[in-house]
Amino acid sequence: MTPSTPLADSLQANNLHVHAGTFPAVRGVSASFGTGTFSAVIGPNGAGKSTLLRALLGLNKPESGGVCLFGRPLQSWSRPERSRALAYLAQTEGLPDSTKVRDVVALGRGAGDWRFGLLPTRPWTDDDDAAVDSALDRTDTRRFEGRKVAELSGGERQRVALARALAGQPRFLLLDEPTNHLDLAYALEVIRYLRCEVAGGLGVVAVLHDLNLAARADWLLLLHQGEVLAAGPPAEVLTPENLLASYGVRVSVLRHGDRLVILPED
Amino acid sequence: MRSDAQQSEALTAAPVARSRWVWPRTFLLLLLLLSAIVFGTGLGSVNIAPEDVLGALWRGLASQFTGAELISNDVIVWQIRLPRVVMGVLVGASLSVCGGAFQGVFRNPLADPYLLGVASGSALGATLAIVLDWPRALIPVSALVLALLSVAVTLSLAREGRRFPPTRLILAGVVVGSVLSAATTALILRGEDRARQVLAYTLGDLGFSGWRDVLTVLPYAALGCGVLLLLARALDTLQLGDLTARSLGVPVERLRLIVVIAASVATAGAVAYVGIIGFIGLIVPHMVRLAFGASHRILLPLSALLGGALLVYADLLARTSPLSQVGIVTTLLGGPFFLWLLRREKEI
Repeated sequence: MTPSTPLADSLQANNLHVHAGTFPAVRGVSASFGTGTFSAVIGPNGAGKSTLLRALLGLNKPESGGVCLFGRPLQSWSRPERSRALAYLAQTEGLPDSTKVRDVVALGRGAGDWRFGLLPTRPWTDDDDAAVDSALDRTDTRRFEGRKVAELSGGERQRVALARALAGQPRFLLLDEPTNHLDLAYALEVIRYLRCEVAGGLGVVAVLHDLNLAARADWLLLLHQGEVLAAGPPAEVLTPENLLASYGVRVSVLRHGDRLVILPED
Repeated sequence: MRSDAQQSEALTAAPVARSRWVWPRTFLLLLLLLSAIVFGTGLGSVNIAPEDVLGALWRGLASQFTGAELISNDVIVWQIRLPRVVMGVLVGASLSVCGGAFQGVFRNPLADPYLLGVASGSALGATLAIVLDWPRALIPVSALVLALLSVAVTLSLAREGRRFPPTRLILAGVVVGSVLSAATTALILRGEDRARQVLAYTLGDLGFSGWRDVLTVLPYAALGCGVLLLLARALDTLQLGDLTARSLGVPVERLRLIVVIAASVATAGAVAYVGIIGFIGLIVPHMVRLAFGASHRILLPLSALLGGALLVYADLLARTSPLSQVGIVTTLLGGPFFLWLLRREKEI
């Protein structure tokens, strides 16, 4: 379970302890997330999913243990290097209402060189335009690139946020409940876009609440009270015993074709 | 799979997006500012035609080199009207840029230079210097010192661990601002013999401005606004949220601190000689956002131009109407305009 050797193409947590405020939210988590893999982090509310995600991004400091990106400790990466390699889609991405879609997506190209962390160091180039175009195309948001964010529906907003995160061409994309507030069709759509990116080599780590969506991931990490309860392919993690132990709910796990279906019994 | 070329390209990017229409918009507002300067200089107790104003400006500039004496209307233009107009441009631009930057950095559309007690601190410092009869060049220094002190008090009240949550900041700012305003009023009531001057000051007045004051304020405005303009791209990124901005490499807390300090410098300069001029810093950024777009790279420079022009026109209205003081005009006109904005843009 504990990865002993750092993997060259992965984002790894090694015996990670992280506090949220003063509360020990993540307690000794070890896990390895690969590029070209769709990983999902699941667990009940307060299990430490979001805290783990932020620690993996280097946004909050671990009490002990550490994070390795491509075999190198995260703190030895410079701020620009780290922000280019790891993209984040927050639970509540603040999309500025009166800004045009294309301008929002272009902000994703800002990952990286900030002199003193504050001043951009390089002018905009055709390559940047190409990267923004590509991100808009891959999320089907090109059609309304000239519209203001305020005019978009919830599903369209989430796709714009996704395009923003992809515009920086990261190696890993970490998402905090990307399907929250989306209806079934939009939620599946987001998963489909992520699937395409994973096929292109991106490493995806998504915190998901919907277990039936999580069942579509390649690899699952089930957290309970800040600790790893189970990790592995969905069929190994999504067992009635594991889900009873973490969520306290009795479920049946059914097979429908090659897919798992989680059915609560209560 | 992504190609290596794409990958290495991704590792060297930190761009500034292009925007069309920036120059036509800038030109439009430059014209507005120029007209404000010409009319602001020309109209008053003696009316001077626009072409004569331009002629007087030219002769005045030339006299700096030839040493020729200025006569009649040229003296009015150069010695009385122009310093007042230039002060108006500086103050209007400073307050508007600070307002836009505050609204961006706290992601709060109600933020303005009065937030965090910056302006009330400056006003107290300036009032103190006036009542104690300090040398005139020390007024902005005293304003800046008290502005920074009040910001420090506000920040320490709002602090939560290592962070400064915007809601707490604004609440603390309102409280500090009220306390400071009360202190300013107390000072005014004690300094009776100078009460008229100080009272005019708290209502906002450009009437005392001479060239020496303009030159004293200029470095404050240039330094404060200059730094804020440089931070435009970082402010744009911050609109995505604190965590997202940090994930994109922007040190959010450092950005907040630098914006607050730079805005304090510009606000202290703006408030030092002309006093409290309300609503300019609040509504000008909203007007620019409405008409020209929300990106700070457009918002901040265009706010400077529009704010400068509007304050000169407001002062013109104040001088030529019974409203008498520019601070009264901006508040009387700015308040209703803001209410209209509030109803129009439901999310504000």
